[in-house]
Amino acid sequence: MTPVQHAHAPADDESLRRSAEADATDPRFTEGASPPPPATPEVEDMTSLQGALGVFRRGLAESPELRVGLGYTIGLAIAMALGRLLVPVLLQQVVDRGLLGADGFRPAFVYPACAAAAVAVVFIYVAARFTYARMVTISEGALASLRVRAFAHIHELSIAEQTAHKRGVFVSRVTADVDTLAQFLEWGGLSWVISGALMLGCAAAMFVYSWQLALITVAVVAPIVLVLRTMQRAMLGAYDRWRNRVSDTLSEVSESVMGAAEVRAYGLEERTDRRLRTAIAGQYGAEMYAQRFAATVFPIADLFGAMAIAAVVAVGAHYGRAWGLSLGDLVAFLFLVTLFLQPLMELSEVFEQTQTAIAGWRKVLTVIDLPVELDEPAHGVSLPAGPLPLRLEGVAYAYREGGPVLEDIDVDVAAGAHVAVVGETGSGKTTFARLVSRLADPSCGRILVGGIDLRDASPLSRRHAVRMVPQDGFLFDTSIRENVRFGGDGVDDGDIVRAFAALGLREWLDSLPEGLDTRVGERGENISVGERQLVALARAQVANPGLLILDEATSAVDPETERVIADALERLSRGRTTVTIAHRLSTAEAADSVLVFDAGRIVERGDHRSLVAARGVYASLYESWLGNTRARA
Amino acid sequence: MFWRGLRIVASYVAMHPLPFIISVSGAALYAGMTVASTVVLGHITDSVLVPAFHQGSTASSTVAAVVAILGVAVLRALGIVTRRYFAGMTQHRVQRTLRLRVIERYAQLPLAYHQSKPTGELLAHTQADVTAATEVVGPLPYSTAVVLLIVFATVSMLVADPLLAAIGCITLPGLALLNHAYGARVEAPQTRAQQHIGDVSSVAHESIDGALVVKTLGRQSAEVQRFRAVADALRAERVTVGRLRAAFEPALDTLPDLAMVALLAVGSWRVSTGAITTGGLVQFVSLFQLLAFPMRVIGFVLADVPRAVVGRERLEKVFTEPIAVRPAGASATPVPPGPLALAVDNVSHGFADNLVLDGVRFEVRPSESVALVGPTGAGKSTLAELMVRLDDPQRGSISIGGIDLRDAETASLRAAVAIVFQESFLFATTVRENIALGYDAGDDEVIHAARIAQAHDFISEMPHGYETVLGERGVTVSGGQRQRIALARALLRRPRLLILDDATSAVDATVEAAILDALREQVDTTLVVIAYRVSTIALADRVLLLEDGRISASGTHSQLLRHPTYAAMVQAYERVPV
Repeated sequence: MTPVQHAHAPADDESLRRSAEADATDPRFTEGASPPPPATPEVEDMTSLQGALGVFRRGLAESPELRVGLGYTIGLAIAMALGRLLVPVLLQQVVDRGLLGADGFRPAFVYPACAAAAVAVVFIYVAARFTYARMVTISEGALASLRVRAFAHIHELSIAEQTAHKRGVFVSRVTADVDTLAQFLEWGGLSWVISGALMLGCAAAMFVYSWQLALITVAVVAPIVLVLRTMQRAMLGAYDRWRNRVSDTLSEVSESVMGAAEVRAYGLEERTDRRLRTAIAGQYGAEMYAQRFAATVFPIADLFGAMAIAAVVAVGAHYGRAWGLSLGDLVAFLFLVTLFLQPLMELSEVFEQTQTAIAGWRKVLTVIDLPVELDEPAHGVSLPAGPLPLRLEGVAYAYREGGPVLEDIDVDVAAGAHVAVVGETGSGKTTFARLVSRLADPSCGRILVGGIDLRDASPLSRRHAVRMVPQDGFLFDTSIRENVRFGGDGVDDGDIVRAFAALGLREWLDSLPEGLDTRVGERGENISVGERQLVALARAQVANPGLLILDEATSAVDPETERVIADALERLSRGRTTVTIAHRLSTAEAADSVLVFDAGRIVERGDHRSLVAARGVYASLYESWLGNTRARA
Repeated sequence: MFWRGLRIVASYVAMHPLPFIISVSGAALYAGMTVASTVVLGHITDSVLVPAFHQGSTASSTVAAVVAILGVAVLRALGIVTRRYFAGMTQHRVQRTLRLRVIERYAQLPLAYHQSKPTGELLAHTQADVTAATEVVGPLPYSTAVVLLIVFATVSMLVADPLLAAIGCITLPGLALLNHAYGARVEAPQTRAQQHIGDVSSVAHESIDGALVVKTLGRQSAEVQRFRAVADALRAERVTVGRLRAAFEPALDTLPDLAMVALLAVGSWRVSTGAITTGGLVQFVSLFQLLAFPMRVIGFVLADVPRAVVGRERLEKVFTEPIAVRPAGASATPVPPGPLALAVDNVSHGFADNLVLDGVRFEVRPSESVALVGPTGAGKSTLAELMVRLDDPQRGSISIGGIDLRDAETASLRAAVAIVFQESFLFATTVRENIALGYDAGDDEVIHAARIAQAHDFISEMPHGYETVLGERGVTVSGGQRQRIALARALLRRPRLLILDDATSAVDATVEAAILDALREQVDTTLVVIAYRVSTIALADRVLLLEDGRISASGTHSQLLRHPTYAAMVQAYERVPV
C-alpha cells in the first residue's frame, strides 16, 4: 500500500469523528478556529441550484416522512419567530400607550398587556417544544430508514464490479454522508426556516411601523449579502488550502512512521525531520490564513447593523414626527433592525453546510439509484442434491463501463470432477468463478448447474448447492461457532463439530483455548490468516454443496498450516464437483482437468500431463514454478 | 475532570502567553463595548429621540448620536477581530508545539513502537488527538468575554436601577443553570449516540467489506437486520438528545423573553415614578437582547473539557513512552573500510517471558555470504534489525569490523551497513529520489545500482523513467518491483555489510537469480540473506539454521540437508505459492 493511501484512511476516520462531535458542539457555538469541514470522497460540484432542487425533490420522494417533518419545521419556525417579535412590539405598545401616551402612565394597560405577553411567551415555548420534538422524531426516523435502505441496496448490487475503493465509498455513504444530512436537518435546515421566518416577520413588522425607515434599512444593509458572499468564497479557498496542508502533514507523518525502518537504517532522520517541520509549519500558516477570514467575517453583520441603527436614529429623529411615527414605534424599530440582522450571519454559515448536506444527500440517493443487476426468480427451481454437473454455453461478460472480461467460454464439467482454473492476474479467472457462483450474470450465454440455468434456480437451494469459498476467508467479528453456523440453515453445534472433524480439523479445534467460542476479532484478525481459511472451509462444509468453487489463497502461510489447509481442502472437495481458481500449480497437477485462461478466453484445456506436453502457456507457467522451488536446489 | 482540565488549559496558555493575552484584551474590549452600546442606545433615547418627538431634533445631537453608535460598533468589531484572530493563533500555536513534540518523540522511539501500532493511530496522534486536546483553547477568550460581559452588565444595571438589576440578577444565573442542567442531562445520551455512530460505522465497514461472503452465504437480509438494529439504536438516542434539545433550545429564548416582559412591567412603573427614564428602560431591554446569545455559549465551553483531557492523555502516553536506542557517545569510533566482518556474540532479545533470541552466537567473515533460515517466528527479522542497530540487544553484543555497534559512529555505521526489508517502504516521490534518498549520487551511479537490482529495465519503461512519481497520486508498482527499487536503494550506498531480509520474495525466480549473480560479480560486500526459497539459500557460502531463538546448525546447504528440521523445512517451502 502506498503511503498516500494510508494518509487517507485516518482522515476519513477523523471526518467521522468530527461529524460525531458536531452533535456535541453545535457549530453555532464554535469560537476561534473551527476545523475545515470534512470532505467525503467524490465531493461533487453543487453550484447549480437546479441540481440542488432536483436532489431535494428526489430526496423527499425517497423519504416522504420528511414532508410531514417539513410541516412541523415551518410550524416551529413561525412559533419561534413570533416569540422573538413579541418583545419589540410589547415595548412599543408599552412606551406609546402605557407610558408616553396622552394619559401618561396607565397601569390598567401596562400590566394586563405584560401578563398577556407572558402567557403568549409560555404558549409559544410549549408549541415550539412540541413541534421541535416531533420534527426531530420524524427526521431521525426518515434518516434511519434512508440509511438502512441504502445499506440493503448496496448488498443487492453486483459484486463483480466492486473494488476495495468502491466499498470504502459505499461505507461512507451509509455513515458519514447520512450523518452530514442529520446534522443539516438538526441545525442548518432548521436555521433556514427559522431565520427565514424571523427575517420575513421582522421585515413585515418594520414595514408596518414605517415603510420609509424599512427601505432605508434595507438599502444600508443590502451590500452585506455581497460582502458576505465574497468573504465566504475567499474563506472556502482558505479552508481548501488548510485541508490540503493537513493532508500534507498526514502524508509526511505517515511516510515517517511507515518508513521508520528505512529512515533509521539509511540515516534519513534529518531529511524526515526537515520535511515534517516544513509540513507542520505549512499547516500552521494555512490555519492562520483561514483564521483571518474566520476572525473578520463575524463582526461584519454587527457593523452593518450599527450603520442601519445610526441611519434609523438620524432619519427617525429628524422626520419621525413628520412621518407620523411615535417614539415607541421608533424604539421598536431599532430592536427590529437588530433582530433582522441576527440571522444573516447564521444563514451565511448555513449556506456552506447546506451545500455539503445536499452533496451528501445526492451521494446517498445515487447509491439507491444504482441498478440491481441480479433478479432472483420468484418461484425458482430447486437444485438437486449430490455432486452437480456444470456447463457453460457461449458465456461472455463485460463490465457496465469498460470492455469485455470474458468471451466465448464453453465448459463442460462432469458431476464430481475436479477442475483447476489457471491464468495470470486479470486473465478473467476470478470473474469466471463469480459467474459460476452467480455473483453476477453473464452478459450473454448461459450457465447450467445440474442441468438448470442458474438464473432459474431458487436462491435458497442455490446457496446450499453452489458454494464459493473466497480466498480471503473473511470472518465476522463473532465466535467461530457463529461464523460456521452462518454457512447453512439450522446448523447446530453437532453439525459444526462434525464439519471440522470431516475436514480433519478436530485436533486444531480442540487446540483452541475456547474452542468454538473463540472470538475471531474484527475481520478475523485475532486468528492467523491460515486459521481463517480453515474456518471458511468448515463454513462451506456445513452447507454440503454439490458444486464447490474455491478461490485459492495467494498469501503465504507457514508451511505447517499450509499442509493442514491442503489436507482440509482435499477432504472438502471429495465427492463434490470442484472448480478451483488455482494459484499453486500443485493444485492443477492434481486436478482431473485444467482450464488455462488468458485475456478473457480459455486458451488451453486438458489434464496436467497433456498440457505440459503441449508446451504452451501452461507449460511455461509450470516451468517458472519449477524454477522457483526446485531447479537450483 | 474539571481541575485536570484547568491544569491542561493553564499549560497551554503557558506555552504561548502573548497571543492569549492579546486575545483576552480583545475579549474585554468586546464585552465593554457590548454593554456600552446599550448604554448609548438608552442615552440616545433620552437625549435625542424623546426630545425629537417633543421639541424637534437638533442636528448636533443627531450627529453625536450617529458618531457614538458607529464609534462603539467599530470598537466592538475591533474587539471581536482581535479576540478571534489571537484566540486562533493561541490554539494553532499550541497545536503546532504539540505536533512537533509528537514527531520528535516518534523519531526517538524504538522501531518496535512504530511496528506495534497501526499507522492510523500514529497519524491520529498528530492530528485528531492534538485537535481534541486543544480545542478547548480557542473559545477560552470568548468565555472570558462572557464572564466580563455579565460583570459589566450587572454593574451597569446596578448603576441604572437596583430593582430592575434584581430581575436581571435572577435571570442571568437562571440561564446559566438552565445551560448546566441541559449539559448534564444531555451528556449521557450524547455519549451513547456517539458510541452508536461508532457501531453503525463498524457494522457498515465489516458488512460491506465482507460483501462477497455475505452474498455467497445468502446473508443479505440478516445483515440488513443487523444494520437496522444499530441504525435504530442511533436513531433512538438521537431522538432522546433531540427531545432534550427541544425542551432546552426554545427555553433559551423564553427565559430572556419573560425577563424582558417583567422588565417592561416593573420598568414602566419605575419610569412613572421617575426612578428611571424611558431611555433607561430601553437600555435594560436591549442589554437582555444582546446577552441572551452569549449566555448560551458558556455551557458549551465546558463541554470541550472532557475531550481535551482525553486527547491530552493520549498525547501524554506518547510523550512518556520509553526511548530505547541511545545514540553513540562522543568517543564513537568510525567503521573501518572494506567488506566488514560481523560477530554476533551471545545475543538475547525479546520479552521477559518470551525471548525471541536466546543466546545467538555466530560470525561472518568479510565478503562471505551467509543465508539465515528458520521457521516463521524464529527471530530472523529481529536479528536482522539488531545487526543494523535499529535496536540494541538486551544481552550480548554485535560488532562489525571489530567495533561494537553501540560504540560505532552513527553516520559511518549508516554508510557502511544497509538492510533491505521484505516489505520495503517507497516514499511518494520519484523513482530516482526513492533510490537516492538524500544520498548524493550521480545519474550513472543510480542507474548502475538499479541495473544490479534488475530494476533498470522496468524503470526505463515507466512513463517518465527515473523521474516517475510513485504512490497513489503517481504510478503504483508491483511487490516485486518495489523490492527491486528498495534493493537498488541499498546498493547505491555501496554497503560493506548488506542484509537482505526476505528482500526478493516477490521477485520471480529467474529475476532473482540474475540479481544474485550480479550481486556476486559486481558488489564486494559481506552478505546476510534471510530467505525461504531454496534457490536463494543454496547460493550462499554457508547456511545458518535459526530455531527457537538459537543457531541450531551451520554448514553448506547440502551438508544441512542431513539435518531433519532443515530437510523438512526445505520440503515444505517447495509448496509455497507461485
